[in-house]
Amino acid sequence: METAEFIANVEEQFMETDPGTIQMNTEFRNIEEWSSLIALMLIAMVDEKYNVVLTGDDIRNSNTIQDLYDKVSSKIN
Amino acid sequence: MAYFSINQVAVAGMSACVPKEYFLNSRDQLPGLDQAELLKIVSMTGIDKHHIAPKEICTSDLCYTAAEKLIEKLAWGKNEIELLIFVSQTPDYILPMTSTILQNRLGLSSQCLAFDMSIGCSGFVYGMSVISSMIAASKIKKAILLVGDTITKTLSIKDRSTYPLFGDAGTATALCYNEEAAPIHFQLNSDGSAYKAIIINDGGQRNPFNEQSLMPITSEDGIEKTNAQLYLNGMDVFNFSITKAPKSFNDILQESTTNIEDINYFAFHQANKLMNETIRKKLKIDPAKYLYSLGKYGNTSSATIPLTLVSELQNELSTQSLKLGLCGFGVGLSWGSMILETKSICTLPVIEI
Repeated sequence: METAEFIANVEEQFMETDPGTIQMNTEFRNIEEWSSLIALMLIAMVDEKYNVVLTGDDIRNSNTIQDLYDKVSSKIN
Repeated sequence: MAYFSINQVAVAGMSACVPKEYFLNSRDQLPGLDQAELLKIVSMTGIDKHHIAPKEICTSDLCYTAAEKLIEKLAWGKNEIELLIFVSQTPDYILPMTSTILQNRLGLSSQCLAFDMSIGCSGFVYGMSVISSMIAASKIKKAILLVGDTITKTLSIKDRSTYPLFGDAGTATALCYNEEAAPIHFQLNSDGSAYKAIIINDGGQRNPFNEQSLMPITSEDGIEKTNAQLYLNGMDVFNFSITKAPKSFNDILQESTTNIEDINYFAFHQANKLMNETIRKKLKIDPAKYLYSLGKYGNTSSATIPLTLVSELQNELSTQSLKLGLCGFGVGLSWGSMILETKSICTLPVIEI
């Protein structure tokens, strides 16, 4: 799983955030438009693109995009 | 796996009733939520209009009207109906059950068997499985299944995770014994390990209603509600639904040796567009066959499947023979699928009271 591709897929869920603003070390809750709906869109995106399911706890226990990436990676393998 | 098929039972008709008052997410306002945020909710969930019952209208009133009009259009004699089941989590009283009240109010005979089932989002599928099994076993000729909820009565207006999404509705499905009927297939499941994902904490016997029950509590994400109001853990329910619903539906296809292309329409529990689309894509269902009533009624809990059939498919149901794929999932947690064939059944446009 490419990190650049993962970031691009994450960025697609944000409508008002400029491309390039999200990095692996970005704390997603600090992004202005972050909401519980975006969390659901992330779960849907990960399910569709990577065929794994993030749980509510996976999101709650993550802070950065890297954390999410690690959760997804560990489920793929 | 709880998979079974019921023979010799047919659906004769279906109707639905909603309160005429409604909330329009794209127009109305909610405390602490600006218009832009509400519009975002509309675009992500597909939910705009949702009907809200006023104080004096309960689920039983919506189901009563749906049933009364349906029985009239079917021209069934009231004495011929020997079985009534009311499926809801918003009954008139803690006790007695609502079904006996409805039996009397509808003018059905005291020889009619009546009882309640307390099930939410999967309630129509579960209710259909019980009523059709009883008809097949008893040879009762005519039966009526009433399914609905006025779940908005349990919501906090300051809970943006629920208030913009839910609506109220009551439905009636008439069933009859028919030796020619195609089998109805069911696949049913439950997982109580996550019972807290959708819950009204206070008011039952585990946590009786008490002096704290009406005290508003604000959570860290800014949701303000009491313990006597509905709590929904959106992420956990989302995750559950996109995993379990497709699996259940794939299982029923396999067990019943049904080809997904042979199903004319799919009416799945109307949760929200994001969730329903994720499920649709996983099952590779043609969008033209996948029904939505979310924009008109929102999530009406147990009523969504029959309400969607009546609102989106009334003409086809009343004039054609159809093979329908149905799937309900949610509170319990509980979920199940059903494959139902209908032959020109009696339907009415959605009734408003």
